[in-house]
Amino acid sequence: MIHLSSPHMHGGDSIRMTMLSVIFALLPATIVSVYLFGWLAFLLITISMVTCLITEFISLRLMGRSASPIGDGSAALTGLLLALTLPAYLPWWMVILASVMAILLGKQLYGGLGYNLFNPALAARVILLISFPLNMTAWIIPMHVGTPVIDLYDFNACLNLLIFGPESLNRALDAITMASPLGHIKTEWSQGISVTNALRSYDYSYLDAFLGREAGSIGETSALALLLGGIYMLARHTISWHIPFTYLATVLILAAVFNLIDPAHYAPPLFHLLAGGLMLCAFFMATDPVSSPVTPMGQIVFGVGCGVLTWSIRTYGGYPEGAMFAVILMNCTVPLIDHYCRPRVYGR
Amino acid sequence: MLHTLLKSIQKSTRTFSGGIDPEMSKITAAAAIATSMQPQLYILPIKQHIGEACEPIVSVGDHVKWGQKIARSQGYVSVPVHSPTSGKVVKIEEHATPHPSGMGLPSIFIEPDGKDTRDKSLKPIKAYRDTDPTELRERLRLCGIAGLGGAVFPTFIKLLKDNRNPIETLILNGIECEPYLTNDHRLMIEKAKEIIIGIDIIMHMVGAKKAIIAIEDNKPNALEMMQETLEILSESFPDSTRIEVCQLPTRYPQGSEKQLIEVLTGKQVPAGKLPMHIGVICQNVGTSKAIHDAIIKGRPLTERIVTVSGDAVPRPGNMRVRLGTPMRFVFAQHGLETFDHVHLLHGGPMMGEKLKNADVPVVKSTNGLLAMHSTSMKEAHKSEQPCIRCGHCGVVCPVSLVPNLLADQCRNKQFEKAESYDLFDCIECGACSYVCPSNIPLVHYFRYGKGQLAQIGREQNFAHASKQRSEHRDDRIAREKEEKAAKRRVVREKHVAKADDDKTSAGKPDHDKTADHKTADEKKPKTTDKTIQKDKPSPKSPPGKASSGKVSS
Ligand code: SF4
Ligand code: SF4
Repeated sequence: MIHLSSPHMHGGDSIRMTMLSVIFALLPATIVSVYLFGWLAFLLITISMVTCLITEFISLRLMGRSASPIGDGSAALTGLLLALTLPAYLPWWMVILASVMAILLGKQLYGGLGYNLFNPALAARVILLISFPLNMTAWIIPMHVGTPVIDLYDFNACLNLLIFGPESLNRALDAITMASPLGHIKTEWSQGISVTNALRSYDYSYLDAFLGREAGSIGETSALALLLGGIYMLARHTISWHIPFTYLATVLILAAVFNLIDPAHYAPPLFHLLAGGLMLCAFFMATDPVSSPVTPMGQIVFGVGCGVLTWSIRTYGGYPEGAMFAVILMNCTVPLIDHYCRPRVYGR
Repeated sequence: MLHTLLKSIQKSTRTFSGGIDPEMSKITAAAAIATSMQPQLYILPIKQHIGEACEPIVSVGDHVKWGQKIARSQGYVSVPVHSPTSGKVVKIEEHATPHPSGMGLPSIFIEPDGKDTRDKSLKPIKAYRDTDPTELRERLRLCGIAGLGGAVFPTFIKLLKDNRNPIETLILNGIECEPYLTNDHRLMIEKAKEIIIGIDIIMHMVGAKKAIIAIEDNKPNALEMMQETLEILSESFPDSTRIEVCQLPTRYPQGSEKQLIEVLTGKQVPAGKLPMHIGVICQNVGTSKAIHDAIIKGRPLTERIVTVSGDAVPRPGNMRVRLGTPMRFVFAQHGLETFDHVHLLHGGPMMGEKLKNADVPVVKSTNGLLAMHSTSMKEAHKSEQPCIRCGHCGVVCPVSLVPNLLADQCRNKQFEKAESYDLFDCIECGACSYVCPSNIPLVHYFRYGKGQLAQIGREQNFAHASKQRSEHRDDRIAREKEEKAAKRRVVREKHVAKADDDKTSAGKPDHDKTADHKTADEKKPKTTDKTIQKDKPSPKSPPGKASSGKVSS
């Protein structure tokens, strides 16, 4: 339809382009995940993306709407993002459940793309973490880190593991998993061991954490890969600097200040920066346009809020990782932030 | 020589917030201004400016001369209309105007006699500096000058020397930030001298201390031409040192008055105020040329420069077109004869309006006539997707609104809320719609919202008026009752005094009288009703239009 209203020109940007550029930005992290977790990562990502697309298609059809939004790439992106935040080994039905929840509860129930309060992938991930805390914190030992117990580059072994569980390989889940750095210092601290000692006993290395040679969710381990994607999106103006910068800066500053006060209790700032899902959350989750504030001022408030919550949950909370909880909590405040953080209008 | 010239050109480092860099497509930038041929019939709507419509002062059969006033202004915000040639008035009837709704207006049809005999009743005022500004103002009004950047606000109103608001700076808008349009660009190259004299006239009229000619850096030849002409004129023209040329980086919508003022002075025009309140006035370069013609040559506004362009025009170009020329005739001279699968735009692609057909005349606001293939229009008007709240619209908004919230509010009919989020500050520049990845026609929603609010405002005014009216009536009735009661008392007292034993009821005749009065009262308000209804703003004036600042391109 041709409106009477101007403008009669358009810059050519589209939802599809936006989503595809985010997917493209996730490519380095995806490659690293397959490098570290082999076929397991590949299967996980495939199942998640396919399930998301199918769920989107079915729910659009059930609501009697055109299924054309399926091509906008948002369901595929949700699937990919969700997979990257999961541990390498999860029973297959959990992956499917999470994907269905992401699309159904996280998005379509609110009215579809644009109306969801939470980031769909994060919402599903949080539900899963609360429902299955054991599985969700069991980190498979990646390839190229120490000696892997099972060969993750062996397709059959991975398929077996995924479908029939670790028992099919005559292994206990414990035997093929290890703690993540964040989880490690949390358990050690609960036993009265200082953060400094805990890091030493973990054999923690900043370089490994930066490159991604550590345990964790498949797409979260490599800060470098995520950073590359983030810079790409910043350069393409897919996202603006406000959220990632303020988010990361807040975590860094808080961590630095408290680490100065008591290094035995509070982990160092760089450790926080490279650990867990912070990078992924800062560049890909918190910046999800739909569930973050629209104005630059609001985005700064949002980023700071995410940073404070992430650091606090990591330091004082029951869970070792707080990034996704932080983002989900801040998602709830977006309508309020949007209302109060409007820019000063010209001449007013 | 050139080097030193360029050095002396001012560059501004300030900018306005937001803005976009659309594809400029200035394909007619090198096309010299051609002169349009005479059409067989001119069609002159009686309203070609913002404000009140004029009243025809000629009748069918009259012979008119070129430049003769054919419709006189009614009201303050109005300028007359003049005949674009000599010839015969053949009819006066309603005809469609370049308005998206195809709205009709009474129009005067003139058949040219081919002689172009000029009306010489207005004498040139060569010694304008020795002339009282009030007289020059009156001359501009008589000559029908209105802002030619597209806003067509009567120019004489802006050029008021007011001691409470002394004008520091005159800004000459040569920005032309709309894609495709090059009419100001060509005018600056071909009529630089006239423009500069026009500036001098304006400076004299408002007592401005300096003038800045603002030109974007995509028109370096216009910039040089203005600079060179200034230097040549400087010998005969001592005040030319108070005029400077300023180069600005290309950015849309820099040509919007308030944004340009912000760029050049660093000041924002406070909400609800006019530029003159901060000591600035802004005029388009085309208007400056028209002012020159009106004063120095004594010629009313009967023609303007129009860019005829667009991807469907075989021979795009710039053309001097007399007002009232049918657009079909203008397009034909550029090789476009049939209009299948072609969309016509009045103005530039960012703020221009879509025309229903080509059978409307060129008017004072016609800075561009574009013909676009329907395929490229479809590209620009893809179907609307849900808002993904990316915030791009707010980033590019030159007024710093939050367009996606405003659009939501307009869509959900929360008009008052939209108003409190400053909907009326939107200048409808279209930058937000341009960047929206969801192809949401944001400006469309804003116009709708403004229209609805204007409607609500009118209804409230009306309700207020009728409330006041009825209160008035109640007061009057009460007062009259009071008066009557007082009279009755007097009468009664007299009666009592007159006849002590005669106890006839004194109230009865009085009571009848009151009843009479009442019916008279009830009749009266009906006449008041009518007058008030007449006072209601005419629904014809497009709602919300007045508040939308046009980008003078
Ligand atoms: S640009 Fe479009 S999609 Fe993005 S926030 Fe504005 S209205 Fe929504
Ligand atoms: S059209 Fe209005 S809301 Fe949109 S960018 Fe221009 S001024 Fe801002």
